[in-house]
Amino acid sequence: MKFLTEYRQPELVSQYLDEIRKTVTRTWTIMEVCGGQTHSLVKNGILNMLPGEVQMVHGPGCPVCVTPLNLIDKAVFLAQERGVILCSFGDMLRVPGSKKSLLQAKAEGADVRILYSPLEAVKLAKENPGKEVVFFAVGFETTAPANALSVIQAEHLGVKNYSILPSHVLVPPAIEAVMDDEESNIQGFLAAGHVCAIMGTEEYYPIVERYHIPIVVTGFEPVDLLQGILMTVRQLEQGAAKLENQYSRIVRPEGNLEAKKIISRAFEVGDREWRGIGTIPGSGYHLRPEYRAYDANIKFDVNIPEAKESEECIAGLVLKGIKKPHECPQFGKGCTPSSPLGAPMVSSEGACAAYYHFSQVISEMA
Amino acid sequence: MQLDCPMPELDFDIITLGHGSGGLLTNKLLESGVFSLLSNDKLDTHHDGAVLSYNGPVGFSTDSFVISPIFFPGGNIGELAVNGTVNDLAMCGAIPQHLSLGFVLEEGLSMQDFWQILVSIKGACEQAGVQVVTGDTKVVEKGKGDKIFINTTGLGPIHPKANISMSRIRPGDKVIISGNVATHGVAILSVREGLQFETDIESDTCNLNHTIRALLDEFGPAIHLMRDPTRGGVATVLNELARDTRLGVDIHQPLIPLDEQVEGACEILGLDPLYVANEGIFIAIVEAEIAEAFTDKLRSLEYGENAAIIGEIVDAHPRQVVLSSNIGGKRVVNMPVGEQLPRIC
Repeated sequence: MKFLTEYRQPELVSQYLDEIRKTVTRTWTIMEVCGGQTHSLVKNGILNMLPGEVQMVHGPGCPVCVTPLNLIDKAVFLAQERGVILCSFGDMLRVPGSKKSLLQAKAEGADVRILYSPLEAVKLAKENPGKEVVFFAVGFETTAPANALSVIQAEHLGVKNYSILPSHVLVPPAIEAVMDDEESNIQGFLAAGHVCAIMGTEEYYPIVERYHIPIVVTGFEPVDLLQGILMTVRQLEQGAAKLENQYSRIVRPEGNLEAKKIISRAFEVGDREWRGIGTIPGSGYHLRPEYRAYDANIKFDVNIPEAKESEECIAGLVLKGIKKPHECPQFGKGCTPSSPLGAPMVSSEGACAAYYHFSQVISEMA
Repeated sequence: MQLDCPMPELDFDIITLGHGSGGLLTNKLLESGVFSLLSNDKLDTHHDGAVLSYNGPVGFSTDSFVISPIFFPGGNIGELAVNGTVNDLAMCGAIPQHLSLGFVLEEGLSMQDFWQILVSIKGACEQAGVQVVTGDTKVVEKGKGDKIFINTTGLGPIHPKANISMSRIRPGDKVIISGNVATHGVAILSVREGLQFETDIESDTCNLNHTIRALLDEFGPAIHLMRDPTRGGVATVLNELARDTRLGVDIHQPLIPLDEQVEGACEILGLDPLYVANEGIFIAIVEAEIAEAFTDKLRSLEYGENAAIIGEIVDAHPRQVVLSSNIGGKRVVNMPVGEQLPRIC
């Protein structure tokens, strides 16, 4: 696979590891923001190749993990009680709501479908004019253009039985929320490469300055991650705090202008609740007033009682990097991927699930 | 499988409830020439069951097929139903000979589709050298099934040199895989509603019994275990094996054969090929001394050209499968939790 194998070469990996070992003189705590990066660190076994001084902490960049309980309950309600065709990305299906997950609702007869693209959902709506089709529009800035486009296209085609249940969150406010937390000990960030491919890098300069913290825009392949970690460690060792771009083959400073245009046509920035973290000001996208007809929240006027999170789940602390997953008393006992208490144990990009797989090696191989 | 047998002239073009009633319509279907495709001396007796003679140990296996879509790139549910049971028998060290064939048809299934599936069944039986000796057809109301479900059950004598058992696995044994992983699962996904993507990946469904028989002829009891990693993929089979033997399994990612297109599709869909379903491959656990010769032989046989030694059984990390990644990192390969779901990003 061209364009990927170059970034998976064992020789390059060991060169970067050597360089990290040579550079590091003390312990540094670095957060990789994006769940895709967490997944790659685990999948490739990188976490146990890094020197002990480099502590990777997994960030809140797992869209499935931060989607509020109430919205999952809403999606389940729409699918079960209102008879809509509820479409979602696959990851979302197993995440527990307060009573059940979408997968359980599906097993009980609700019409829940896994799609890869919201445009497929518009097509589905066109093919099923007698049914309401709702797309659970979850994600960071990466999935926002396609979700926005689906609404724009639905309007263009005159498809009236389509709407989205938006749960769109933004990375920069999340980094600020992590830094503002008194308990946070994060010293550097790997910013999410694909988010920056859409949005560019401008938004990160104020954060670097305000918190005097290195941020390196980083990709997802082993060589990308190790290079990003090395660049961060170098800055930390030098006492520097700069914005750097490791992922320059994909990320341009201005981002993807066309995608940004589509986002701002359909969405506007507003406050958003993050599961486990709480409401972060200006951290999400809402549909603009002119597209309200496509907002499932408004279209269906669903009022379901606020549900309470499991008191045993410390997902919020994990998502902010304050606690490591295995420091949770329920980790691997009352909470496993097959019976999760919280979302980070569900998604392959969730830190708890990642640790669940990873820590098994440590405990048994030691 | 090409549709090379013309369908008999029929005065009905879809399956209706009456075709499963056991009455006139059932007889009409049975005598229409549709089932004469599968004709053989035992089936032709039209008894309630077949009378078979076997001496010595017999392998016996059953499997039901509910795949959607029923026609997919590289095959259809019919040949899958034959190959699936034939391969399960072969994995037990049996030489498959006789099959039963049970249909659950959904009202409204087109006769053209049913015919095409039967033609594939015939072709797969001929290739595997097995006979359908008894069968059953039921029809359910529209909406109560999904076009067609098939159950096959098979019998065959155990190869005289075979001694296949989980309990014979020892540390040091080699883990061999007979071909590219994840091909079938990705081919099916590529045509599922909502997930369509353009590829020319075809399912690898095939009968492995002739290949297995040749390996048993030559290596007999040095083969400790054979399993076909269908649902749940390679990771599931290896985890079951680690759990049941209380031994560890080490596998090496760079050695696992994977088609480039399938690898690309897995990348895009966020799937781990080790968890994706397979049809036309098997995993063998063999004595280390014969591993090279076994793999060389396998590469010379039908459906074995991509065979590779991918790992070994170890004392370390009991009950766990540990993968050394392409870049030299290590991680545990867990049992999958439910069906693998595509990731968001």
